[in-house]
Amino acid sequence: MKWWMVFAVVVCTAIADLLQSFEMKRKAVAAEDLRPGRWGRVLAGVLQRGQLLAAIFFMAISFFAFLKLLSLADLSFAVPVTAASIVAETILAKLILKEKVTPLRWAGAFFVATGVALLAA
Amino acid sequence: MPVAPSSLEQAAPPMKTPRLDRRTNLLAAFVILTNVLGNFLLSWGVKHQTTHLGLSPFAYIQVIFSPWVLCGTTLLVFWLLSRMTLLGWADLSYVLPVTSVGYVLTAILGRYFFSEQISWQRWLGTVLIVIGISLVGLTLPNTTAATRGGEQFR
Repeated sequence: MKWWMVFAVVVCTAIADLLQSFEMKRKAVAAEDLRPGRWGRVLAGVLQRGQLLAAIFFMAISFFAFLKLLSLADLSFAVPVTAASIVAETILAKLILKEKVTPLRWAGAFFVATGVALLAA
Repeated sequence: MPVAPSSLEQAAPPMKTPRLDRRTNLLAAFVILTNVLGNFLLSWGVKHQTTHLGLSPFAYIQVIFSPWVLCGTTLLVFWLLSRMTLLGWADLSYVLPVTSVGYVLTAILGRYFFSEQISWQRWLGTVLIVIGISLVGLTLPNTTAATRGGEQFR
């Protein structure tokens, strides 16, 4: 059960992040809109964009799976192990978002994968 | 609710240097802080309630509206919005490492507030994760601005 929850968190987080990254690159939020009192407008803007709503849907699934994971495992296990999504997202960022994934970024992904394997040991 | 065009649709010059500017650093710090504290409060709330989290959705709803979990969820809403903004300013494969210090802070919080036993393998794993995502952080923040034709932050 614990590992099924880890799987659900990783997959849903990866899908949500891809959707967010794609949509936010298309139309970024201005720095001025991050002032106190303007967060409501940012939230309203987010709620009008279909891809961001889809991202929030997948994040909600990830959130509930994470809640369940927290009830099954230590916080110091639950949070780092879900870093496996970073490896999946680096690959998908290159394939889908067409980001330039240099050897340094691949090396980073390898370190992350090794770290996740150690957490699971 | 209508959104003013200036908030989401104004174009801006592309990022020219790999160094994150001060605003981006501040936003990244905010993203990290809200994520670590939000997760901490969630964990605190889940561990200090008696409802069993089984398959019933009502149990989850009951837990969500408990005070600590509600506070954690509120912080995670701010985390969500600020992280979305950060994703508009830099690559996904760049934002992930920049915010990775949260993993270490979370492990430290778990160790000192929940007295969780952290083996040397877990510490080593956490350190490797941070090294890995820090390596990624040495690369250019935004590699897609020119090719995608998207609008950039100011």
